[in-house]
Amino acid sequence: MPLVEMKRITKRFSGVVANSNVDFSVEYGEVHALLGENGAGKSTLMNILYGLYHPDSGEIYIDGVKRVFRSPSDAILSGVGMVHQHFMLVETQTVWENMILGMKMPFVLPKKQIIKKIAELSEKYNLKVNPLSNVWQLSIGEQQRAAVLQMLYRNAKVLILDEPTAVLTPQESKELFVTIRNMTALGHSVIFISHKMNEVMNETDRVTVLRKGETAGTVNTKSPDTSQELLSEMMMGRKVSFDINKPKRDLGKVVFDVNSICASNDRGGAALKNISFRIRKSEIFGVAGVAGNGQLELCEAIYGLRVAVSGYVKINEKDLTNASARALMDCGVHYIPADRRSTGMVTALDVKSNSILTDYWIPPISSGNSINWKEAGNQAKSIIEQFNVSTPSVNTAVKNLSGGNLQKLMLGRELSNSPEVLIVMHPTWGLDVSATRYIRERIISASETGTAVLLISEDIEELLALSDRLAIIFKGEFMGIIADPKSMPIEKIGLMMAGTHISEVL
Amino acid sequence: MLRVEKRIDASKWMNYVIPIASLFMALIGGAALLGTQGISPLDAYCRIIKAAFGGSYEFSETIVKATPIAISSFAVMLCFSMLIWNIGVEGQAFMGALAAVAAVRYCHSDNQFYMLCTAAAFAIMAGGLWAMIAGFLRSKWNVNEIISTLMLNYIAIRILEYFVYGPWRDPSSLGFPITTRFPPSARLPQLFGSRVHVGIILAVFLAFAAWYILSKTRLGYEIRVIGENPKAARYSGMSYMKNVLVVMFISGAIGGLTGMTEVTGLHGRLQASFAAKYGYTAIIVAWLSHLQPFVILLASVLFGALLVGGEALQIELGLTLSTVEILQGLVLFFVLGGDFFRNYRLKFTWRTDK
Ligand SMILES: Nc1ncnc2c1ncn2[C@@H]1O[C@H](COP(=O)(O)OP(=O)(O)OP(=O)(O)O)[C@@H](O)[C@H]1O
Ligand SMILES: [Mg+2]
Repeated sequence: MPLVEMKRITKRFSGVVANSNVDFSVEYGEVHALLGENGAGKSTLMNILYGLYHPDSGEIYIDGVKRVFRSPSDAILSGVGMVHQHFMLVETQTVWENMILGMKMPFVLPKKQIIKKIAELSEKYNLKVNPLSNVWQLSIGEQQRAAVLQMLYRNAKVLILDEPTAVLTPQESKELFVTIRNMTALGHSVIFISHKMNEVMNETDRVTVLRKGETAGTVNTKSPDTSQELLSEMMMGRKVSFDINKPKRDLGKVVFDVNSICASNDRGGAALKNISFRIRKSEIFGVAGVAGNGQLELCEAIYGLRVAVSGYVKINEKDLTNASARALMDCGVHYIPADRRSTGMVTALDVKSNSILTDYWIPPISSGNSINWKEAGNQAKSIIEQFNVSTPSVNTAVKNLSGGNLQKLMLGRELSNSPEVLIVMHPTWGLDVSATRYIRERIISASETGTAVLLISEDIEELLALSDRLAIIFKGEFMGIIADPKSMPIEKIGLMMAGTHISEVL
Repeated sequence: MLRVEKRIDASKWMNYVIPIASLFMALIGGAALLGTQGISPLDAYCRIIKAAFGGSYEFSETIVKATPIAISSFAVMLCFSMLIWNIGVEGQAFMGALAAVAAVRYCHSDNQFYMLCTAAAFAIMAGGLWAMIAGFLRSKWNVNEIISTLMLNYIAIRILEYFVYGPWRDPSSLGFPITTRFPPSARLPQLFGSRVHVGIILAVFLAFAAWYILSKTRLGYEIRVIGENPKAARYSGMSYMKNVLVVMFISGAIGGLTGMTEVTGLHGRLQASFAAKYGYTAIIVAWLSHLQPFVILLASVLFGALLVGGEALQIELGLTLSTVEILQGLVLFFVLGGDFFRNYRLKFTWRTDK
């Protein structure tokens, strides 16, 4: 008898069938991957198991007992826990306060006991996090560990992780897999959603593939017939190749000139120390680094969203230091933030409204004081078509799109503006294989038409595949700029990411 | 154990069922209240309906009351759509009324059209600038607009009282705090031979205008983006400061027109208590209508009916003002409460969490 069994689950959202007759089961102590293209219905299926959505039809059995979950608190009582890609932690509270959120507690909180239990769990499962820190002070990786702890604290038997590694550094991912192994050794089961094939192949026991809301099959990962090619064929119904080629381009004059920028972080500390670089026309300039080393502050300081206390930013020789985001956009600078849901999109508004967010004041979208909604609709449709965004219509609220489709919409919006300068953070977070490939190709083709690209990512593979030059950022400083990244041994890049200056590694 | 949970996929039918159910609950609660006063609830309810909708005169009185509520609701709605909590429409209406009187006193003309346009322009400027004080404080120094608009209300009341008790008091009023009657050229035309005045046309016009601004114009787009996600608004380069000032001015101007239409259309003079808290009622109306312009029109009529019906109960059944106010409060309580259940549900459980 499996630990979790979902039978013939169907879920429709106003016309869209997100899950259709899906069968899914998880054995005791296994790591079970859930694989599928963007919009295949993975998150929906897991949200049903976690009690956030109610299936239109189908049954859920836990330990062989039929269960109906009206809410996540029902699910957790039956031992089902979930960590969403956007963690549901309360930022202003401490880690230990978050643990007990919504749980029944005595009037005076037994803080000592709670902290002791957290410490035990941290030890047992290899989840390092300080229970006394505030959540907003934690790095993404730490927040994720806190979210996992929160579920373990509530005695989750099966833990659902929705794209946990998309936001982690390779090192953090490795640690997460150690945790997952510890959990399965102690009898827990883990459901793991990912678009990264190598993780699925190496770290899981079985894979269920969803295709357009239907089960395409379940296979043993370790069986000799299973390969990445087989899985991608199950996912998409065809074979795809993963390689992209970057043609040689002639670099032009310097378009984007950033000199000695300093800025502080939200807590008032120094986030950027004398960052300088120049990007030439058609050049892709990569910035590698462990998350939280000033990448976000760099983008914001350039883009007028954070004050640069010294230094300058010039676009085509024009000084735009601390200019407004609007002034930068009017000079052809476009920015794709990492934080899609809260910065790049207005999730309560529809696809059409979101597709004009960064050009609604420019004709033909703007006409007089009005917005030409017909034109806006056409623009949305063209993004949807080019970037293969799956959405019921242009009037669908963006919050109802799947994670990957929301992302594709935003990338499409910025890439189709044919910018002079493109600042892009983590362009392929949460995208499936074919979308990842397409987006990388689009970034390259933008650079071919002359766009100067500042690419910030944690994915070394991506940085090496795309960048002409690569800077490494550590604690707000460049450890050096590598002129020919492909010829640099990865270990040396790793050393620089850990704070060694380029002069010492060469 | 009783728990409150957020509804994740709220169904569509609830949008219709819940308001109707809450109205029923309110009627039942009201029945209990009336029962304690020894009054048949059914009789009282019939009287309310009859007083508000029983004939053309009755209905016209309902519209008279609904007019200022509707106009000021649009002022509230615009600000709320941008998450600017302007609760100072009352004060903005006072300033508008004062400005209208000033126009009549100091820029008098016998040409009715010219006179009314002057009064309206004065009211728009006065209300708009009054609201902009709070808008300026908000955008420049991040002063909470809830507090500042509320304080400005108190100041506006005092200024109004100063004029009606002092320099502008009608010398022949035997000491009542009212100004001199307006000349005919300063009276807003009344319609259908009733007390309904041109203000109702303004209200309907504003419904269309608000809908148009929010859904078609660039300003409206910015208001919606700022209201839904200020961070994204900054990312797209929208100026918070500019939009707060513009929206506060428009909102204040509409508030000012509430005051102007009331004094020129209904009272024909300014008295200290002319506004009857319409500015506060408007907040409830705008909120209950989910900031939907055409729903606001409808809700305003219902609130007008409640006021007219309440007066009838006072006169016909000898109910005290406070009983009537409790009755009106009950309706609000249930309707607002019902709204809560659209997004949340209560859950009874007998299991206990570990
Ligand atoms: N709340 C909702 N309302 C309407 N449609 C929805 C809702 N949630 C999901 N959908 C639709 O259901 C489909 C499946 O979405 P889901 O989020 O499950 O995809 P996914 O497999 O997790 O994709 P991704 O890899 O992009 O995260 C999508 O077409 C999406 O638009
Ligand atoms: Mg998803």
